[in-house]
Amino acid sequence: MADTVVKKARGAVVIIDERCKGCGFCIEFCPTKCLEFSSQYNSKGYHPPILARKDDCTGCNICGTVCPDFAIYGFMKKKE
Amino acid sequence: MADDVLYTVEAGVPQNPIEDLLRMDRIPHIWCPGCGIGSTVNCFIRGLQASGLDLDKVAVVSGIGCTGRVAGYLKLDSFHTTHGRAIPFATGLKLANPELKVVVYSGDGDLIAIGGNHFIHAARRNMDMTVILINNMIYGMTGGQVAPTTPISATASTMPHGNYEPAFNLPHLAESCGAVYVARWTTFHVRHIIKSVKEALLKKGFSFIEIFASCPTLYSRRNKLGDGLDQMIYFQENSEIKNGADTKSVGVDFQGKIIVGKFVDIERPVYHEAMYGHLKEKYGEEYMPSDEIKEFISGQNGD
Repeated sequence: MADTVVKKARGAVVIIDERCKGCGFCIEFCPTKCLEFSSQYNSKGYHPPILARKDDCTGCNICGTVCPDFAIYGFMKKKE
Repeated sequence: MADDVLYTVEAGVPQNPIEDLLRMDRIPHIWCPGCGIGSTVNCFIRGLQASGLDLDKVAVVSGIGCTGRVAGYLKLDSFHTTHGRAIPFATGLKLANPELKVVVYSGDGDLIAIGGNHFIHAARRNMDMTVILINNMIYGMTGGQVAPTTPISATASTMPHGNYEPAFNLPHLAESCGAVYVARWTTFHVRHIIKSVKEALLKKGFSFIEIFASCPTLYSRRNKLGDGLDQMIYFQENSEIKNGADTKSVGVDFQGKIIVGKFVDIERPVYHEAMYGHLKEKYGEEYMPSDEIKEFISGQNGD
């Protein structure tokens, strides 16, 4: 995390690329629209999501709740 | 399984809490990309964790079909039964061991078509169980045949010119048969499903939750409705939350409005209470119930 960030990151996601089937639910229903399809492929040939706008993630875990493949989950970062 | 760990989590990052209740050696599951069943399992596990029930006393029973696979993926006492017979199996479990919390988790074809008779009688008896029905409006696993929940004019592999059989209105069916808790959601309403699962698990009696899920491979593709994500957006845009709505009015048309919400939440004596009360009244001191039944009744009265 660079020193110049204005907004403090509040949450983050863990993405398990190999389990993803590329349905796009997490990307569509993220309340802050911070996820995107990555350009990488997993071994099944799907594009897993990537946390493109790290500062926007609130760790609400909607992505983790809607994911049908248990491939992503969000968590809130502890305040330092 | 230590050798083939799929991912490692950095220090300080919590593990995914739902993985405690999944048989991780069977994941990834067989459901298609965009299928909504996985989302409902995700929500069910979170609801179960929120309910605070003793997991050693929870049993999940599934029938046959895509949703019937759920029992195989849950790290609970789970049973994969014959087609349509999930509810009779669950009834037997509950009768033999009344302290179990029995959950029936199956699809519309299994519970309403071939097992429809069992469904109405379990609701009539008010057997203490939670039924979670995943409605994808079609027979998924067997090849997209028309189901009793397929809306009129939808195309199925056995209805190539469009369906002309009226579909079941499942909340109305459940309510009229005597269910004490009836709710309906779609896979889009994840937070509501979690709350509803928690309520249904803690509810005494026959609780019923219907969840609409997309079937991108057979239903959406054959009806030219796009993929799983398009169905989710349809659920988002066309569902209307009406808690306490009259269940007569919540039928679903092809790509029409879906009324969701908690429709029924009433109290009625459950099967064990009715049996105990009746036999006690009839035979007095001569009636000697099993210890399990006595415990169940005293536990119910103690709450």
